[in-house]
Amino acid sequence: MGYTIIEKILREHSASKELGDFIYVSVDFCFGNDITAPLAVKGFLDAGFDAVADPRKIGFICDHFVPARDAKAANNVMMLKAFAERFHLPHFYDIHQCGIEHVFLVERGLVQPGKLVIGADSHTCTYGGIGAASFGVGSTDLLAAMKEGKCWLKAPQTIKFVYKGTPGEWIGGKDLILHTIGKIGVDGALYKVMEFTGPVISRLGVEDRLTMCNMAIEAGGKTGVVPPDERTFAYLRRIQGERFQYTPEMADLKSDDDARYADVQEIDVSGMPPQVACPHLPSNVRPVDALDSVRVDQVVIGSCTNGRISDLRIAASVLQGRKIKPEVRVVILPGSHSVYAQAEREGLLKSFVDAGCIVSPPTCGSCLGGHAGILDKGEVALATTNRNFIGRMGDPESFVYLSGPAVAAASALTGKITHPERIM
Amino acid sequence: MKIEGRAHIFGENVNTDDIIAAKYLDSQDEKFLGSKCMENIDSEFPRRVDPGDILVAGRNFGCGSSREHAPISIKGCGIALVIAESFARIFYRNAINIGLPILEISDTGKIHSGDRLSVDLNTGIIVNQDRGTEYRTQKFPRFLQEIIAQGGLVPWVSARKKGDE
Repeated sequence: MGYTIIEKILREHSASKELGDFIYVSVDFCFGNDITAPLAVKGFLDAGFDAVADPRKIGFICDHFVPARDAKAANNVMMLKAFAERFHLPHFYDIHQCGIEHVFLVERGLVQPGKLVIGADSHTCTYGGIGAASFGVGSTDLLAAMKEGKCWLKAPQTIKFVYKGTPGEWIGGKDLILHTIGKIGVDGALYKVMEFTGPVISRLGVEDRLTMCNMAIEAGGKTGVVPPDERTFAYLRRIQGERFQYTPEMADLKSDDDARYADVQEIDVSGMPPQVACPHLPSNVRPVDALDSVRVDQVVIGSCTNGRISDLRIAASVLQGRKIKPEVRVVILPGSHSVYAQAEREGLLKSFVDAGCIVSPPTCGSCLGGHAGILDKGEVALATTNRNFIGRMGDPESFVYLSGPAVAAASALTGKITHPERIM
Repeated sequence: MKIEGRAHIFGENVNTDDIIAAKYLDSQDEKFLGSKCMENIDSEFPRRVDPGDILVAGRNFGCGSSREHAPISIKGCGIALVIAESFARIFYRNAINIGLPILEISDTGKIHSGDRLSVDLNTGIIVNQDRGTEYRTQKFPRFLQEIIAQGGLVPWVSARKKGDE
């Protein structure tokens, strides 16, 4: 009996090289951010631990409530900085050095195909998009991994999704994953790995694959994964440069033909319209045209889901030379500093500003209702982010719709949820 | 260990933004987080909880983010145990890791708000004293029982000896 790609990576990282129900695996990299890592640091110090397993394998990425929205947020960053100095951790990044963790860590080369990564942030599942086994965990898991270099995991089952057909012009990874979550529900992949395959995925850009894996958690998934291919390696050579640690074994990072799956689901994307998730669950998915009477007060384009350069290019292609509806507040959240710089070089930032948008520093910002675009009672946002739970972006009586960048940009121009083909 | 308390009922897919809103995640204080528990969906909840009460919910409890502030806030407002039809995976591990007892039963729909429940965590038997019904839960896998018996992941890690796998 063969193994799936995630099973292979887990076996490789377990001491026995076998998969029991529970495995205590060694971790190649563990990290937290300015809201989850302070709990880990506090627990670590309260427990009286006085050494970390390997300082090079620990990262603190400050991205949530920063640039510090208030003194408390600033204090949390200082707490991480002091810990990093005390234990000589080389990978402490304040907001001006990084951007959003799940965009930044890929660029920085701190995650690689075939590696096992845990992060105290649920969207750690993103890195499956480059063929890593990456799992969102809690702060105490991070604490234990800092101390031991290890993490307990339940060996997961996998659901294989096979995407076939010809996607339409405006369809991206976000539409594919929203459609999938709409089909299986917010617990449709509970505890399971979502492996994305098929001809549509082979032709899909790596940044769109990262978007898909990013939202595996929204279906309850343990992680998402796309077995890496030449497209992955070319992408990593481009964005990681010399930090990309290519090895010939990476080409073998795929599931065996006789691997066992809990389920196999085929999805034909031909004729699929752009997808939008309505309040208050990511599974509440409708085709964009069914929502063309929904008025929006705020549009957010960016985040760890859709804040990469390809996302900003799509948004800019719709907004360029046009003006947003004046009563709509449009916030662009570039995923990282290097995305921001690249967008500047390509003239995308100018297109956004000329169209009337605000360009925010890279930060998680309003995605989780932290700062920089909080909604009041009754306000409606369309966002390229990942969650639309009650109160996610502000007041419990506000509303969040989720879409890809093309729909978000088109809707910024009309003030209503709009199919980009109506604009272009 | 035995827990006796009144049931507080929640529905399906209670997410971590419901349990503790993101704006409070800059705090690491259990009591403060407890005072804000469920604010977005039931702002009076912490005031109705007596220490030792039991939270009962439907499927996929704790879905959403990895924030450990969620189980901490549940503990902080006085809840001693969460019973649900299923738990989202990160919430599940966080609860085990911080020593918040959780139990799964297939149908929580027949437990009503205010019912007095008595639960034996060793046997996994839940008795609804007001309705005379009894539920048996699956035992935790042995590995998790070890962590639970130690009171959480930190004491478990502290108790490990060099060379343990």
